[in-house]
Amino acid sequence: MKINQKIFLQFGICIIFFGLIGILINNLTINLIRTGLGFNFSWLFKPASFALAEHPLPYTSSDSYAWALFIGWLNSLKVIVSSLILATLLGTLIGFARTGKNSLLGLISAGYITTIRQTPLLLQLMFWYFVGFLGLKDNMFIQIKNIFNISNQGIEFSGLIFSSEFLALLLGLSIFTSAYIAEVIRGGILSVGRGQWEAFRSLGLSERKGLIRIILPQALPAIIPGLTSQYLNLAKNSTLAIAVGYSDIYAINDTIINQTGRAIECFIILLVSFLLLNLLITNTMEIINRLILKSRKNI
Amino acid sequence: MEPIVVAKNLTKSYTKGLRALDNVSLKVNQGKVLVVMGPSGSGKSTLIRTFNGLETFDKGELNILGIKVDSTHDERKIQKIRRRVGMVFQQFNLFPHLSILENITLAPVHVQKRRQIEAEEYGMYLLSQMGIDSHAKKYPSQLSGGEQQRVAIARALALKPELLLFDEPTSALDPERINEVLDAMRRLAEQGMTMVVVTHEIGFAKDVSDQVLFMDSGKVIETSPPNIFFSNAKHERSRKFLNQLDKH
Ligand SMILES: Nc1ncnc2c1ncn2[C@@H]1O[C@H](COP(=O)(O)OP(=O)(O)OP(=O)(O)O)[C@@H](O)[C@H]1O
Ligand SMILES: [Mg+2]
Repeated sequence: MKINQKIFLQFGICIIFFGLIGILINNLTINLIRTGLGFNFSWLFKPASFALAEHPLPYTSSDSYAWALFIGWLNSLKVIVSSLILATLLGTLIGFARTGKNSLLGLISAGYITTIRQTPLLLQLMFWYFVGFLGLKDNMFIQIKNIFNISNQGIEFSGLIFSSEFLALLLGLSIFTSAYIAEVIRGGILSVGRGQWEAFRSLGLSERKGLIRIILPQALPAIIPGLTSQYLNLAKNSTLAIAVGYSDIYAINDTIINQTGRAIECFIILLVSFLLLNLLITNTMEIINRLILKSRKNI
Repeated sequence: MEPIVVAKNLTKSYTKGLRALDNVSLKVNQGKVLVVMGPSGSGKSTLIRTFNGLETFDKGELNILGIKVDSTHDERKIQKIRRRVGMVFQQFNLFPHLSILENITLAPVHVQKRRQIEAEEYGMYLLSQMGIDSHAKKYPSQLSGGEQQRVAIARALALKPELLLFDEPTSALDPERINEVLDAMRRLAEQGMTMVVVTHEIGFAKDVSDQVLFMDSGKVIETSPPNIFFSNAKHERSRKFLNQLDKH
C-alpha cells in the first residue's frame, strides 16, 4: 500500500469513529433533555427508600443511594470472591481426577464437565435456587449437631447466616466455573512432559506428591492465563444474581433506574464498578504470575 | 545368594497382535552389569521399565530384590521396589523448577523422611563423587547435557538403591560429553553396583558388562558374555546388528 492510501484510509476511519461518537452524544443529550433530568450525580445522596435483604454493613432504607450502591458492590465482591475460591478448589480436584490414573474417576469428571458446560448458567442458577433451596419445605430443617442448619431460608453455620439467594448464586457460579477451570487445569497438566511423571514415579514419590511438587509447579505458567479469563467470566456472570433475587451491584442499579430514571448515570456507575472489579482480579493474577515467573527465572 | 532381577516369560502387547515383549526371561546377580542391546523398537525400554513398574506386563513373573510382581501390578509392591531401585533416563528428566541439590534431596526427604540437613550432606557427597558439587545451587538448564546426566545419576543414587537402571543414558549427549557419563557409570560398576544398562556404547559394554542381552521384536535373541558377543555372536541376527552398529 502506498503512503497516500494509508493516510487516506486512516483519515476515513477517524471520520467514521468520531461520527459514531457524535451520534451517540447527540442521542444522549436528546434523551436527557426529553426526560428533563439533566446529567448529574447529586441524587446519589438522597435516601434510597428501598430495603435490602442482604447487607454486610449496616443499611436502612433511609440511607443514601450511594450507600446502597456500595452495599451492592460489597455483595458482588462477596459472592465473586467466595465463588472464585470454591470454583478453583472444585475445578482443581476435577481437573486432577480427569487426568489421573483412576479411569472411573476420569469418566465421572468428564461427564460432569460435559454436562455443566452444555447447560446455560441461568438454568443452573434457577435449578439451585428453586430445586436446591426453595424446594426445602418451610418446616423442614436439617440440623447437624446444632451448628449447621439448612432450611429454605438458607444455611446457618455457627452463627453465620447465608441466605438461599446467596447460596444458590454461590453454588451455581462455582459449579459452572469449576467445569471450565477443570479443563484449564487439565490443559496445564498435559503441557508437562511424560518424562517428569516417570522421573518422580521412579523415585518412589506418590501420585499425589508428584502432582503437587513436580507437575503442578511446572503447569502453573500454562494455567494462570486461562484461570484469569475464567475469573473474569465469573465476575461478569455474577450479574445473573438478579435472576435469583440476590442484591448485587447490578440488581441494585436496576432498582435505582426504575425508581429514579437515571439510566445513564447508573450505567456509568455499573461500568466503573465492573472495571474496578476486573482490574482487581487481573492485577492480582498478574502479581501471582510474576511471583511464579520470578521463582522460576532460572529455568 | 538370591539374584537381584529374575524375569520369567515376560510378555506384553501395547497393540493387539504386536508383542513389545515376547517371553523374555533373564537373570541378573548381585554386583553384575547386564547390557541390553537391540534395534530401535525391539522392546529394550519396555523391558527395563517393567523392572520398576513404569510399565505393566500381560503375562509372566518378575522378581526384583525378592519382591515378586505379576501382571496384576500391585501398587504397594511397586512402590516398595521403587524405593530400592534407581533409574536414569535418556532425556535426563531433571526437575527444571528445582535446584540441582533439591533435585537430589527430594526423594530422600519426601519418600524416606530423612532430615533435610542429612539429605543435603549426602547429596553433596554424591555430587562430589560425580565431580559436579560446584553446581549444587544452579538449576538444570544452566548445566551441560553431560553434567545434567551426572546429576540424574546422583539423584538416582540418593535413595541408596540396590539396583540401577539406565535407558540409553548417553544417546542424547554430544559425542565429547559421552565419556564423562560413561566414566561415572564405570566407577559405579567397580564399586559393585548391580546395573541393567540399555546402550549402544560397545566400548562400555566390552569393558564393564558381565553379560550382553540382545533383543529383537520383543524376543531375547541371545545372552552372552561380551567377549563372545562382540567377537563371535551365536546368532546371525546379532552379527548383522553389530555390523550395522560398526558402520555408524
Ligand atoms: N506407549 C506405547 N504405546 C504403544 N506402543 C508402544 C509404546 N511404547 C512402545 N511401544 C511400542 O513397543 C515396541 C517396543 O518399544 P520400546 O520403546 O521398548 O523399544 P526400544 O527398543 O526401547 O526402542 P528405541 O531404541 O527406539 O528406544 C515398539 O514397537 C514401540 O512402537
Ligand atoms: Mg528405548
